[in-house]
Amino acid sequence: MNRAGAMPGEAAIWRALQAIPDPEIPIVSIVDLGIVRDVAWQAGEPVVTVTPTYSGCPATAVIMADIGRALCAAGFAKHRVEIRLAPAWTTDWIGADARQRLSEFGIAPPGVRADPTRQVIAITGLRRRAAREVVACPRCGSERTAELSRFGSTPCKAQYRCEDCLEPFDYFKPH
Amino acid sequence: MHVERARFDYLLRLADSDLILAQRLGEWIGHGPVLEEDIALTNVGLDLLGQARLWFAYAGEVEARFEATGRDEDALAFGRDGGAFHNLLLVEQPNGNYADTMVRQYYFDVWHRLLLVALVGSSDARIAEIAAKALKEVTYHAERSADWVVRLGDGTDLSHGKMQAAIDALWMYTGELFVPDAAALALVQQGIACDVSTLLPAWRDEIDAILAEATLDVPNTPSMYKGGGSGVHTEHLGHLLATMQSMQRTYPGAQW
Repeated sequence: MNRAGAMPGEAAIWRALQAIPDPEIPIVSIVDLGIVRDVAWQAGEPVVTVTPTYSGCPATAVIMADIGRALCAAGFAKHRVEIRLAPAWTTDWIGADARQRLSEFGIAPPGVRADPTRQVIAITGLRRRAAREVVACPRCGSERTAELSRFGSTPCKAQYRCEDCLEPFDYFKPH
Repeated sequence: MHVERARFDYLLRLADSDLILAQRLGEWIGHGPVLEEDIALTNVGLDLLGQARLWFAYAGEVEARFEATGRDEDALAFGRDGGAFHNLLLVEQPNGNYADTMVRQYYFDVWHRLLLVALVGSSDARIAEIAAKALKEVTYHAERSADWVVRLGDGTDLSHGKMQAAIDALWMYTGELFVPDAAALALVQQGIACDVSTLLPAWRDEIDAILAEATLDVPNTPSMYKGGGSGVHTEHLGHLLATMQSMQRTYPGAQW
C-alpha cells in the first residue's frame, strides 16, 4: 500500500476506507484485508486501486459499491475505483492487528502459504495430508484440530473442529 | 490466422470450459450428499465462474480490436449457440452420481492446474495475470478432488465400484485435453498460448500416482472422443445451455 505523500484529503480517504467492513467478515475492514492497494490522485480526482480476493467472491461487487458510497460521503463525489489483478491478492497482506481480531472473533487466522507454482502437488495422499499445516483452535488454543471441509461459510475459509474443546470453527485459508 | 482473432478464440476456449463446469457444479446446489460438500462444490464452481468472467472480459476487449465492437461477458456467455462453444467435452458431461462428479473434477483439475502453471509464463501480460490469480484457486481444487478420489476409491466396495465405473466412463473424454486447436497453435510460437500436448506426461504421472493410492485401475482404452475445440459437442451441452441461457434469451439484456 502506498500511503506516502501528502496529497490533500488523502488521509481522509484512507480513514473512510478503513471504516468499510468486509461484507462477509465485518470484524475486519477492506484495508485490513489488503484489498485496497493504493490511493492516488489523477487529474484532480482520487483513484482507489483494489485487488479482489477470490475470482468468484460475491463480496467484490458489494465492496466496490461500498467504496463508492464511502468516498461520496467523505466529500469525494468525483472519484474512480480501479481493479488491479497482479500481483494476485494474498493473505500475507492481512496485518498482525487484523489477524488478532479474526482470532478473537473465532476465525483462525491464515498460516503460511504454499507456493502454488511448484510442479508436483503431492505424490501420495499420505504426504498430502501430513504436509498440511497445524491450525490452532481460536477458542482454546489447542493444536489438536481436524479439517471438516475444505470450504467454509465463504470461499476464503475452511471448516475445522477442535478435538479438545469440541467447538467447530472457521479457518481463513492461506492464499 | 490473424493473431487477435486467434487470441480471441483462445480466450473463449479458456472461458467456456470454466463456465460450463461452473454451471454443472451449480446444479448440485441443494442436492449435495452432505451440507459441507454442497457448499464446497458450489464454491469450486464459484471460483470457476469468476475465472470465466475474467477470461470473457478480456476476450471482449480483444474482439473489439478486429470487429466493430467487442461483446461483453453476458453476450458471450448467454448469446452464443452450442456450436460456438469450445469447451472440453469432459466438462459438459452430466453430474451423474458423486463419483462421476468427482472424477470429472479430478481429471479436469489436474489438467487445469498444469495449464495455468504454463500460462503464468505467457508473453501476454493479461493472460499471465489472470492465470496467476486462477492458479492459486485451482491448486486448492486439485488437492481437494484428489482427496476424494482416494477416499472413495479406497473406501467401501460400493464406493470403489462406483469410482472405477466413473474413471472408465469418463476416460474417453480426456484425450481431447491434450490436443491443441488451431487458435492455440497460432499463438504458441509467440509464447502467448500453451501447447497442451506438452502437459500429458505430467498429467499421467499425477493420475497414475493418485489412482494407485486409490486402488483404482487406470483405463487402457485407446479411443478418445474429440470435438469440443471445434464446436462439435455431445448431446448434453444443448440441454445445459437451454437452462443456463433461458433468462437472457427470454429477456435479452436483462439486468439485476
